[in-house]
Amino acid sequence: MNANGDAMAALGDATRRAIFERLVDGPLSVGAIAEGMPVSRPAVSQHLKVLKRAGLVNDRAVANRRLYSLDPRGLAGIRAYFDQFWNQALGAFKTAIEQTEEQP
Amino acid sequence: MTTQAADTTVRAMVMVDAPVERAFSVFTEGMGTWWPSTHHIAQDVIEMVFEPRVGGNIYDRTADGTQIRWARVLAYDPPSSLVFSWDITSQFGIETDPEKTSEVAVTFTAEGPKRTRVVLEHSKLDAHGEGWEQHRDAVGSLDGWQVGLDAFAKAAVG
Repeated sequence: MNANGDAMAALGDATRRAIFERLVDGPLSVGAIAEGMPVSRPAVSQHLKVLKRAGLVNDRAVANRRLYSLDPRGLAGIRAYFDQFWNQALGAFKTAIEQTEEQP
Repeated sequence: MTTQAADTTVRAMVMVDAPVERAFSVFTEGMGTWWPSTHHIAQDVIEMVFEPRVGGNIYDRTADGTQIRWARVLAYDPPSSLVFSWDITSQFGIETDPEKTSEVAVTFTAEGPKRTRVVLEHSKLDAHGEGWEQHRDAVGSLDGWQVGLDAFAKAAVG
């Protein structure tokens, strides 16, 4: 299965990570995702396509809007989630240990 | 840096400029000094307690004295390795069924007198898989889980 590999690669891009993080709070339309982001709406759409292909995001039509949300099915999401968490936590661990070491 | 392990495992590694003993003790008993503060299971956590023994717990203590036990220490072998359970449900409550918990294994390897390699493996993630369906909404209620990550990324860099 390389779905998870795709997920990791998809989240390797800062903008896609930002989009993914935005969807953590619940489903959003492309317009809502693009709001306040430094990239255009078409660019957001492109990034959503990549996230969808990677199994991280899915979409559904609601009334005349298309809503994007985190894909609830696979492990890809939970793996991506913990992957990010542990990277940041270990980074914080490194910072903490190397800062305090300087003290007597 | 992360690498792929099994589909149900997430792996992360960091090199720290510290002796292996210190790396181990800061990771365990000093967990509260580095654990992302926005990633506690309750809002008003004032202390994180790591009981340094097999059968011990890791728990958060809140301002009103409540203890929230979110992990069990499954293996404790200072200064080289450690395993604890991840007893948190996909909805960020406490999981009481051990069958539905995942495991975090950490190994510490001395690469020099003041240099340690720390490798972390969070496995059995499929134990939470069932709940991932509701996770989407639940994660939102955590409010700041991802926002917090950005803050730590900055702190780690700065």
